[in-house]
Amino acid sequence: MIRIERRLRQPWWLSVVVPVVSVAVAFLLTGLVLFATGHPPGHSFRRLFDAAFLADGALSETVISATPLIFTGLAAAVAFRMNLFNIGGEGQLYAGAITAATIALLLGGAGAPSPVIVVAMIVAGAAGGAFVAAIPGILRAFFSTSEIITSLMLNYIVGVFLTYLIFDSHSYLRDTNGFEAQVFPQGKVFSDDASWSSWTIHGLVLPLGFVLAVLLAAGVWFLYTRTRFGFEVQVIGDSPRAGQYAGMRTRRKIVAVMCLSGAIAGFGGASQDGDFRHQLDPQGLQQANYGYSGIVIAALARYNPFAVVLVAILLGGLQNAGFTLQGADFPAGLVGVTQGLILFCALGGELFVRYRVRFNRRARVTTTVAPEPAP
Amino acid sequence: MNNSLLVVVVASGVLYGTPLLYAALGELLAERSGVLNLGVEGMMLMGAVMGFWAVQSIDGGSTVSLLGGIAVAALAGALVSCIHAFLVITLRANQIVSGLALTIFAGAAGLSSYLGNDLNLAGSPARHQFQEVMPQSLQDLPVVGPIIFGQSILVYASWVLVAVVALYLTRTRIGLNVRAVGESPAAADAMGVNVKAYRYAHTLVGGALAGIGGAAFSLSITPQWVDGLTGGAGWIAIALVIFAFWRPTLCLFGAYFFGAFTALPFALQSHDITRFSGLYPMFPYVAAIVALVLVSSRAARMRFGAPGALGLPYVREER
Repeated sequence: MIRIERRLRQPWWLSVVVPVVSVAVAFLLTGLVLFATGHPPGHSFRRLFDAAFLADGALSETVISATPLIFTGLAAAVAFRMNLFNIGGEGQLYAGAITAATIALLLGGAGAPSPVIVVAMIVAGAAGGAFVAAIPGILRAFFSTSEIITSLMLNYIVGVFLTYLIFDSHSYLRDTNGFEAQVFPQGKVFSDDASWSSWTIHGLVLPLGFVLAVLLAAGVWFLYTRTRFGFEVQVIGDSPRAGQYAGMRTRRKIVAVMCLSGAIAGFGGASQDGDFRHQLDPQGLQQANYGYSGIVIAALARYNPFAVVLVAILLGGLQNAGFTLQGADFPAGLVGVTQGLILFCALGGELFVRYRVRFNRRARVTTTVAPEPAP
Repeated sequence: MNNSLLVVVVASGVLYGTPLLYAALGELLAERSGVLNLGVEGMMLMGAVMGFWAVQSIDGGSTVSLLGGIAVAALAGALVSCIHAFLVITLRANQIVSGLALTIFAGAAGLSSYLGNDLNLAGSPARHQFQEVMPQSLQDLPVVGPIIFGQSILVYASWVLVAVVALYLTRTRIGLNVRAVGESPAAADAMGVNVKAYRYAHTLVGGALAGIGGAAFSLSITPQWVDGLTGGAGWIAIALVIFAFWRPTLCLFGAYFFGAFTALPFALQSHDITRFSGLYPMFPYVAAIVALVLVSSRAARMRFGAPGALGLPYVREER
């Protein structure tokens, strides 16, 4: 007889062991999917890990893949902590990329010093993301409309707009002169002073966006554990009624947290422009699924900002390897399969954090005991 | 007259609304039993890819392979919904996160894409597809011809399904039990209703219907397989259930309303209205947000709210 009972106290080590075991089980299950579809799992995994972490320059590529994931993971974690399911990280990242690219093209090559342009791009990207996130936030706070669906719908809306800017219009962001642009529509390339710097340490390339993302994680940790704002967010997240009775302004907080979440995702969009793409690249951004991966990362990190960084590097490696190996014997979609499985296992593992599973061997003995008189 | 913009939009609204209708009816059944499944998009894509694969590989006439395709699609949808059911009903996981996980797992960058690429499904049209079944003379009638008689068997079957689900939930004992399970599982449990079994059954049926909805894309609308061909229809179906106040008959009209918005860009372009045409694909998503805001007013929610226990795990020891 198996009994599941609620734990009164959750041992701290469980919150480390459970995610680690979840990831391991998820990889086992992925191996099963590979095996079932006729690919040798051992060989595939070795190639996957080679391409993600071991091969020459693989780690630098992984850091590049991880950078946007830290941003979207933090964005999701910040909102999820308050039980606000902002799954619009995808669209908010696009919006940040659009606004930051506009600023980069406006200021680039006009004589402004490079750091000023970088800061302006970050502010613009964050503002763009916050603007898109504010819509579901305000609708949730003042009309109690489910933020899950509205934020998701905005992903598609901003995605259509992003494609429109480059493919279906003669917008300011589109390159209409270049030779390649005549053949295939693409965004204007930024001037050099709008591209973000990077550092190389022992052959490992650290882009500015990655460093800023790690600092941002520390900032989010500080905000959520050491300030009144963070305390109120946690109280409202755990019990909205308790927050209201204590006089906390729940509605304002919902809008504020959604905007913060969107701003972080938009920052990620600015980093995509400045660090890596140096132009507005609708196809590249839309194929990468950064926003949706961010949800997986936040859930697996159990909304802890530092854990987000670690998990993002792990999943960044997976994504990097997935792109590198994609081909006939390595079908696209494997990355999503693994991510989904990781999330399933993390969710299942949550049971073991919150509940204790008991194998009651004395079940037969207890049945023979006379029933107690009803109280 | 049958080529006028309005008739074309309504007729193709029915075509594009049909997958939404199947998926929404499935989601409605699951939600009425208290299980919120945000994995509709993933289940639809699984149905789309597996249904398409079945039609391509079953040897036989068009009826046999299309029936097989629908059956396989339903099975695929139900199978992936099992994961969600197990996690949220047995393991008491968070329904929102689990549903999202299902969409990531099965969705456009996940298992459906993996299987589609691994089975080399892209690039070729479906060997058989659902055709209009009514005689041509009926289809040529003004206005009602294209809208009512110019449809495939999938559409007529969905009308029957709406009636069946509506009668099931209001006129049968089991259907009333489902609503009890969704409103107050503790009361249903005390009545002797097996809450877990009801929830499992309806989540699985919901998955099967979403799978059929996905197959409606790959076997009737497109009709071929491409990565992520549903393009967010699963999410619109979830919005549709809320918009329809969890009532099957309202789902019918809601589905065609959103279907018409999906069809509008194509209809406008074929009538040479192309100004800002790149932005037209936004229509259904904007319509969904506006519709959701309209129905989430306090008065509407008090009168026709969500099932009382929607999204909550039921644990007998903790009620």
